Amino acid sequence: MKRRLLLVIPLLVFIGLAGLLYRGLSLDPSARDSALLARDFPAFSLSSLENPEASYDASLFKGEVTLVNVWGEWCPTCKQEMPQLLDLADRGVRLVGVDYKDSREKGRAFLEEFGNPFEVNLFDPEGELGFELGVYGAPETFLVDANGVIRYHHTGYITPEDVTETIMPEVRKWQ
Amino acid sequence: MLIEMIPELGHFALVLALLMALVQAVVPLAGAATRRPLWMAFARPMAAGQLFFLLVAYACLTASYLLDDFSVANVANNSNSLLPWYYKASAVWGNHEGSVLLWSLMLGAWGFAASCFSRDLPSDMLARVLGVMGLVSAGFLTFVLVTSNPFTRLLPTPPQDGADLNPLLQDFGLIIHPPMLYMGYVGFSVVFAFAIAALLGGRLDAAWTRWARPWTNVAWAFLTVGIALGSWWAYYELGWGGWWFWDPVENASLLPWLAGTALIHSLAVTEKRGSFKSWTVLLAITTFSLSLLGTFLVRSGVLTSVHAFANDPSRGMFILALLGITVGASLFVFALRAPRVSHAVSFSWLSRDALLLVNNILLVIMTVTVLLGTLYPLVLDAMDLGKISVGPPYFNALFVPLTVILCVFMGLGPLSRWKAMPGREMARRLALSGALALTIGLLAPLVYGGEWNLWVSLGLVAALWVVLPLVRDLIDKSRRSGSPVAALKRLSPAYWGMVLGHLGLAVTIVGVTVVSNYNVERNVRLAVGESASVAGYDFTLTELGQQRGPNYMADTATIAVSRGGEERLFTMHPEKRLYIARGMPMTQVALRPGLLRDLYVAMGEELGDGSWALRIQYKPFVRWLWLGALLMAAGGLVAVVDRRYRRRVKARSGQSSGDQGAAHLSAPREASA
Repeated sequence: MKRRLLLVIPLLVFIGLAGLLYRGLSLDPSARDSALLARDFPAFSLSSLENPEASYDASLFKGEVTLVNVWGEWCPTCKQEMPQLLDLADRGVRLVGVDYKDSREKGRAFLEEFGNPFEVNLFDPEGELGFELGVYGAPETFLVDANGVIRYHHTGYITPEDVTETIMPEVRKWQ
Repeated sequence: MLIEMIPELGHFALVLALLMALVQAVVPLAGAATRRPLWMAFARPMAAGQLFFLLVAYACLTASYLLDDFSVANVANNSNSLLPWYYKASAVWGNHEGSVLLWSLMLGAWGFAASCFSRDLPSDMLARVLGVMGLVSAGFLTFVLVTSNPFTRLLPTPPQDGADLNPLLQDFGLIIHPPMLYMGYVGFSVVFAFAIAALLGGRLDAAWTRWARPWTNVAWAFLTVGIALGSWWAYYELGWGGWWFWDPVENASLLPWLAGTALIHSLAVTEKRGSFKSWTVLLAITTFSLSLLGTFLVRSGVLTSVHAFANDPSRGMFILALLGITVGASLFVFALRAPRVSHAVSFSWLSRDALLLVNNILLVIMTVTVLLGTLYPLVLDAMDLGKISVGPPYFNALFVPLTVILCVFMGLGPLSRWKAMPGREMARRLALSGALALTIGLLAPLVYGGEWNLWVSLGLVAALWVVLPLVRDLIDKSRRSGSPVAALKRLSPAYWGMVLGHLGLAVTIVGVTVVSNYNVERNVRLAVGESASVAGYDFTLTELGQQRGPNYMADTATIAVSRGGEERLFTMHPEKRLYIARGMPMTQVALRPGLLRDLYVAMGEELGDGSWALRIQYKPFVRWLWLGALLMAAGGLVAVVDRRYRRRVKARSGQSSGDQGAAHLSAPREASA
């Protein structure tokens, strides 16, 4: 009987491994930057896409709940996301864009073609702000409350369902 | 009319294939358990029918791609009307849904092949083997249909054009890399099915291992080629000149390869000597489980980046359930049915048995090392200890010494005899090889590199220590009788397969060692007319241009290469492409391949004022990496043609059926035995 028990060892090892993988699956990979949540929006100093002379910093987010969307002309998913962002702007949400790793002409052409829901577009050609935000790619979206604290993060494309089911409730929650 | 229905036809065929897989799983297994020949006879026609409908489904998806049917979501997301036809056809497996369909198709094909080439298996054994394969197949087809249907439509308003195939995948290497890799992964399902069938039937003798060995070799050869292609692709396509990154996806393919290598050797011991029975069964289960784990890791998004796969957690859960049921159930059967581990040792510690045991232990340690390194970040994350990544330092620190130790035993193995070998004879046969390996290995860096390098010497000594005893053995064998040619001809394909396999590993080790230590890399800034010198070659930028491809725009450079002040030897043409549909830039590397060195030029960024950043590399012996892998794969295939695997066919034509068991037991004496 003792020797038979030896043969159970592989099964036990596997059960342990499967439990680990199960736990791994339930970890949300987009929760990776939970460290940023409940923190102040990182400090930055950038011009806007519209005006190379302007200078903005984190005080931009003081006073009103703002949705910050990281986009780029080179990002096809961002094009699909624009109708939802325009919809959010229609619902009265204040949007600020971050034009990430892009050129001014391309970024402007993008907004002319697909519409501009943003109050301001921060121009981030070197990806400095994107780096501070821990952005993996585009699109990514952050919700910043009236005190300039990051409250919610959305990785990837915002679907029409996301607008009503997650984004709007989050916006109301922090208003 | 019919053309518009193609996706629905494919979907329907897929459902039929699933139903047939279910019948193939349930009826023959029940028949084998209750000894009903009619039920067992369901296995073969079902395997054929399942493959047929899988082929139909696959052909339908391919047709949707070739016909630019963007109403099919899969086509719309991964193809584009500008894409050349061959990339449309290969885009079928360049995405999640299509690649699982290909996986299932190959599983069906392996099952069908097993049913064709095993006609002289006892009928209950065949019924169990095909039944187990049917179970695996049913699981995967359910997965495809429930979570990853490739035929989903985008109706009523299909997009005008598709999003295009990821430019990284628009490449010859990536056309053939996944099918090869999958053939290997899925091929291990056959030896797995044999092991489970043997457990269920209580027939854990040497016979099942003889049936399973050729299948294992073929699957292993495919996997070897698949891994090599992946490495080759990363080398020329990613633009950094690296050839192995120890990333989770690569590790996922290396794990079943290591376990499969152990399995090949352990099967030999069980077949020849009847020992290691439980161990061999466990390795067969492990190898296929690691193939499934690899699929899980890659397809579930547990370890890959967020933007790649994480869109649908239900998929990961489904594969995990599939993995849990398959592996859990087989290990449960193993715990109940495997023969008890015997502690009686029937061989001396210097014998082929013992050396193969050491080989197995080392390969299992290597497998566990890679598995731990791959899963460790996940373990930490699961225990809320933070997020880290385990990089090449960990793997190199453990893998390199383990490989060296493995090589030490590989030098001894082929010269040893089963059961026992006098130490003095072993020493006599190895002394010259050992002395030569040490001398050449220690001196070669002085000749080649000008100064002594510990790592190069170590690698060369290890490789020579693997090869020279084999050469010595061949010389001995050729002298044995008559003319050397006749004597060599008499050696069995199994022996030649072993020689090629070991030679291949040695060649790969030389490649890894030399390119890792003597690689020269320079990042330069060049304008037209300027030149840079790397490793004795002068690279002159003579021309910049622009070019339009079918679905991309490219900046091109022309670089003249000369050596030692002489006139131009040849020109190289790197490109920087921008793929239009996705707006994605890609580096098209210019390569000048050679057996002893590659020259490698990649374009970086335009630096303004008409100059470009160029990455120029000199990579000695890099081809040996993949050449070695091809030799290993050839070894695996050569061993399959060995006479003894086909002997049954002759036995069968002599006598109708009945006691094949006896025919299998009378193994012919092989030169390698």
